Amino acid sequence: MELHQQYPVRLRINGQDREFNVESWVTLLDLLRERAGMTGTKKGCDQGQCGACTVLVDGKRINSCLTLAVMQDGKEITTVEGLASGDELHPLQQAFIDCDAFQCGYCTPGQLCSAVGLINEGQARSRDDVRELMSGNICRCGAYPQIADAVVQIMDLRARDGAQDGGAGSDAKPDFTTGAVLA
Amino acid sequence: MNPFTFTQSKDLDGVLAALGNGAARPIAGGTNLLDLMKEGVMAPPQLVDINGLGLDQVEAGEDGGLLLGALARNADTAYSPLVRERFPLLSSAILAGASPQLRNMASNGGNLMQRTRCVYFYDIGTACNKREPGTGCPARDGVNRQHAILGTSEACIATHPSDMCVALRALDATVHVQSSSGKRAIPFADFHRLPEDRPEVDNTLRPGELITHITVPEADRFSAHSAYIKVRDRLSYAFALVSVAAALDLDDAGAIRAARIALGGVAHKPWRVEAAEEQLVGQQPGEAQFTRVADAILQGARGYGHNDFKLTLARNAIVQALSTAARGTDFASGQKGDQA
Repeated sequence: MELHQQYPVRLRINGQDREFNVESWVTLLDLLRERAGMTGTKKGCDQGQCGACTVLVDGKRINSCLTLAVMQDGKEITTVEGLASGDELHPLQQAFIDCDAFQCGYCTPGQLCSAVGLINEGQARSRDDVRELMSGNICRCGAYPQIADAVVQIMDLRARDGAQDGGAGSDAKPDFTTGAVLA
Repeated sequence: MNPFTFTQSKDLDGVLAALGNGAARPIAGGTNLLDLMKEGVMAPPQLVDINGLGLDQVEAGEDGGLLLGALARNADTAYSPLVRERFPLLSSAILAGASPQLRNMASNGGNLMQRTRCVYFYDIGTACNKREPGTGCPARDGVNRQHAILGTSEACIATHPSDMCVALRALDATVHVQSSSGKRAIPFADFHRLPEDRPEVDNTLRPGELITHITVPEADRFSAHSAYIKVRDRLSYAFALVSVAAALDLDDAGAIRAARIALGGVAHKPWRVEAAEEQLVGQQPGEAQFTRVADAILQGARGYGHNDFKLTLARNAIVQALSTAARGTDFASGQKGDQA
């Protein structure tokens, strides 16, 4: 077998420093699943169309299938395994359960990481915004209404928390437009 | 993916030297290039990661214009208060494209370098003049619902997939490029090309050149009356069947001083006919005037079977975009937009 050059990659995954040696073409997704043994992040389409592989890199949501592990050297990665605090679920995880926001569950890790990213971005002001800004995550079981319910529920909580600290309320107007028209 | 060597560089001169050798390709967001490499459509032997170069400005440029670094991310560009308030057409176009995850990854330079989403280009089991020059174009008589209706050639009827580029074309942007032998500024109209008999060449970038930044001239006279309309098969996260970037400069009496109209999803490059825009100067906004302009823009358009509907769709989308722009820029419509 031909041996290919190995590239060192240092990542902080869910708060843990990890080191790997990988071939140039190994995606972040494959590193997480095959090298780090963290199979929570799912491989759906492997072409950036389904969002099942969504993780957070330095707090921003990305498709881990469309980036090389070597490009993320030195970065902080959060996967679905890193959302809970010990046995205490992340509020979004609990909201997904409370709202019945999944059936088969395959897309759920990506949905959860995407929703955390959405909240970090701070652009969504309404349920419609949440639907639009979760559109990078496909759910073939069709749990979209419940997923939006779960995210909206958590964002309302956040907005109330923010209001107590003098932050913005939840009734602000959205700040973006996408020109969407259905054929 | 094919085996390739990988280097990272924080030094522009070093990157340009590597690109000058011919084999290396730059990688920034990677959202299109890695996808194409997985499909076997592209197989560069060497990738140079340019994310360490900086080039991530989203800031005011000269004379009230805008300067966008090639490595600024699409999301950071679209959500920048400067872009949102003074170039709402650009913000709206970017947010109409891809998904939030992809917009977080994709760079502005990479957006320009996107390759077509033609299914035959992507399928290495089929012929494709763009992928393998001289093999033929199965799209002409094949599944061509997504394909071009303007500026096509015998060799290729592919479309350019970008939304951002449609707005940049309407706004008369300039693409700034650099190679080891110097710098060059390319008017946006001349950056992407029509397929003609060389569909394998998407743009006028020369070997060894790297996009460093994009500038957009001051456009405040258009900011109150602009609209990006994107018609697609689902409300979000799909490529355009037809998209229209429209911007109007209206005087105090509501008459049109200047108009900008660019189309996506209809050609190998963002489509704009400046001579047609002139027809609107001095006119009051109105459906009859907008329809006449649409017909002028679409002169010479032809369908290939599955995409025949685009002729009517494009005409209606132009009228709708201009009508929406005339009513006033919607700075805060969320994803609701105008329903067709």
